[in-house]
Amino acid sequence: MNIIVIGLSHKTATVEIRERVAFSPNLIEKPLRDLIALDEIIEGVIISTCNRVEIYATTRDIAGGIARIKRFLAEHHRIPLETLDPHLYSHHSEAAIRHVFRVASSLDSMIVGEPQILGQIKTSYGYAAEYKTSGIILNRFLHKAFSVAKRVRTETKIASSAVSVAFAAVELAKKVLGDLSDKTVMLIGAGEMCELAAKHFINSGAKGVMVTNRTFEKAERLAEEFCGEAVPFEEFLQHLHKADIVLSSTGAPHIIIGPKDVEDAVKRRRFKPMFFIDIAVPRDIDQKVDDVESAYLFTVDDLHEIVQANLAQRNLEAEKAEEIIDQEIGQFFKWLSSLEVTPTIVALRNRFDEIRRAELEKTCSNWKDLPSDAEKRLEALTMAFMNKLLHAPTTALKQAGQGGRVDLYVDALRQLFELEAAPEQNEELELEEG
Amino acid sequence: MTHLFFSLTLGFYVCATAAYFACLFRTSAGLTQWASRLLATGCVAHILSTVHLASKAKHLPLTNMQESLSFFSLMIIVAFLIFERRYKVTTLGSFVTPVALMMLIGSSALHMELRQLPPILQSNWFWFHALLAFVSYAAFTIAFGVAVIYLIQRHFLKAKHFGVLFQRLPPLDTLDEISYRCLAVGFPLLTIAIISGAIWSEKAVGSYWVWDPKQTWSLITWLIYAALLHGRLTIGWRGKRAALLSIVGFTVLLITFFGMKHSITW
Repeated sequence: MNIIVIGLSHKTATVEIRERVAFSPNLIEKPLRDLIALDEIIEGVIISTCNRVEIYATTRDIAGGIARIKRFLAEHHRIPLETLDPHLYSHHSEAAIRHVFRVASSLDSMIVGEPQILGQIKTSYGYAAEYKTSGIILNRFLHKAFSVAKRVRTETKIASSAVSVAFAAVELAKKVLGDLSDKTVMLIGAGEMCELAAKHFINSGAKGVMVTNRTFEKAERLAEEFCGEAVPFEEFLQHLHKADIVLSSTGAPHIIIGPKDVEDAVKRRRFKPMFFIDIAVPRDIDQKVDDVESAYLFTVDDLHEIVQANLAQRNLEAEKAEEIIDQEIGQFFKWLSSLEVTPTIVALRNRFDEIRRAELEKTCSNWKDLPSDAEKRLEALTMAFMNKLLHAPTTALKQAGQGGRVDLYVDALRQLFELEAAPEQNEELELEEG
Repeated sequence: MTHLFFSLTLGFYVCATAAYFACLFRTSAGLTQWASRLLATGCVAHILSTVHLASKAKHLPLTNMQESLSFFSLMIIVAFLIFERRYKVTTLGSFVTPVALMMLIGSSALHMELRQLPPILQSNWFWFHALLAFVSYAAFTIAFGVAVIYLIQRHFLKAKHFGVLFQRLPPLDTLDEISYRCLAVGFPLLTIAIISGAIWSEKAVGSYWVWDPKQTWSLITWLIYAALLHGRLTIGWRGKRAALLSIVGFTVLLITFFGMKHSITW
């Protein structure tokens, strides 16, 4: 059994192509079922995020399976294969395992170390598990990928630093204000980035939110969303001293907070530090505010600088992550090859039993004056005969399973006795063990 | 025995100081743990050495510069270990352990024979005074370390310089809180130490206040820390000004400790 991966990502395709190939999570059932209905494909999982679309599948025929899935992608999205093919990559066996481990560990992400990808793979896998299009191998494979990703997260510092502007703002605020759990955020204006940053601050425990906007209704709406308090724009300076964190992104053409305002606010709060983030262009907050004692002003450029530095750090950590993945691939590959043993034994047994029954029936039905207990005796005789014959090869195969020659034996047996793929019920049996 | 424990202490402090320095530039849970373990082990050896010396001399080892330096150093380490547990401020160690280490090296360089305790020191007021003074000194040493870090970290924030050191140093708020705790513990202790010192002086020489340099400088130290605490409690002094004043206070404290001799003792 082989694992194959076919897909495209931000590295091989533009967003226009990725959009056309993406699968909608609401309509994922049909493509999943179509996928495993293909002759060459046994199990299948479809991963679809805004940065990548990938299909993980198991097949007996690597080349055929890959070609078939490429065709499947083209047909499903009604894109000519010639157009799609240059963007597609495919991996099989060990390379496929490495690829998926790297993707889950966020080493292949646009921003290395970003945490969303693991959740997205888990969701996508959830659909496949729900519609039972993933089986024993892909189940085990993806769970292994999840645990590898977790190991990478805990053993390297790949995700320890902020690489988004909003998150960098939170990290920076912690360096000034320490614990954010009793701090209040003031939101001035309603830029998207500002809202995002506010959400990050609330997630980090910030207690109170004040929102102000030239349009009071907008402030009220946003305040409601954050369970905060709306402040009329004309009065916000009177409330400034209550804020520990001020996020500003108005469209105002001029400065709206000057050093004098901040000095007053700081005095009213007995020099407790204030943290300002100015996201607006042109700027909302006078640069001189940074000169006020106990006031710390940062602009988007400062935040970008932090993000850049952290990204460089992440790339260093990624090397350590690759080492972890190398170790884990070896382990998983060993399990994958040993997996062939049990189904092969079962198939071999079934094959023998099939022949035995057929011959037994032929003999009995042609035997006119068959003694009453003869059928039972013949049954026992042929069973004993079959079991004795099978004993040696079964033992040899099981022992090989612990060694390393499994593929050789399995292939030989399959060819010599024309064995079919593993029977259906056996998969569930194995699943319970796993 | 005292000597053995003392050498062990010195060895452990040297290793711990090196480890704390490394902690400034590397994030590693293992390293942090080792630094703390080395220091704690050194601290145990230090306590044993001090106890052994005290039992040999039959009094607290606070009677000369050699003993005092060692005791000062011990109090600093104990205070730091407490704050490290409470606030997880490893990097404070990089600033405080060198101070303690220097004092211990200074102590080891001095060789003073055990001598007969001068009658003037045979007063419970003296021991009470000296012990409290050293605990308050240790608190102010921590406050000094915190103030230095505060100024460095503040500089990084204002200059928008976000390097490795910036990442490793604790948040301003934490530093501010530790600084306040130190002041809140150190100042009352220093006050009681000065009062008990005056009482001892009365018993020894018949006058509460003799205006010898030691007493005068102690008073200056007290006034600086009084101003700092007062500013903090009334108008919320913190940040740069408080940090600078804390550093000035510590400098005066060192002058008092090293430079000024009691006219009445030696």
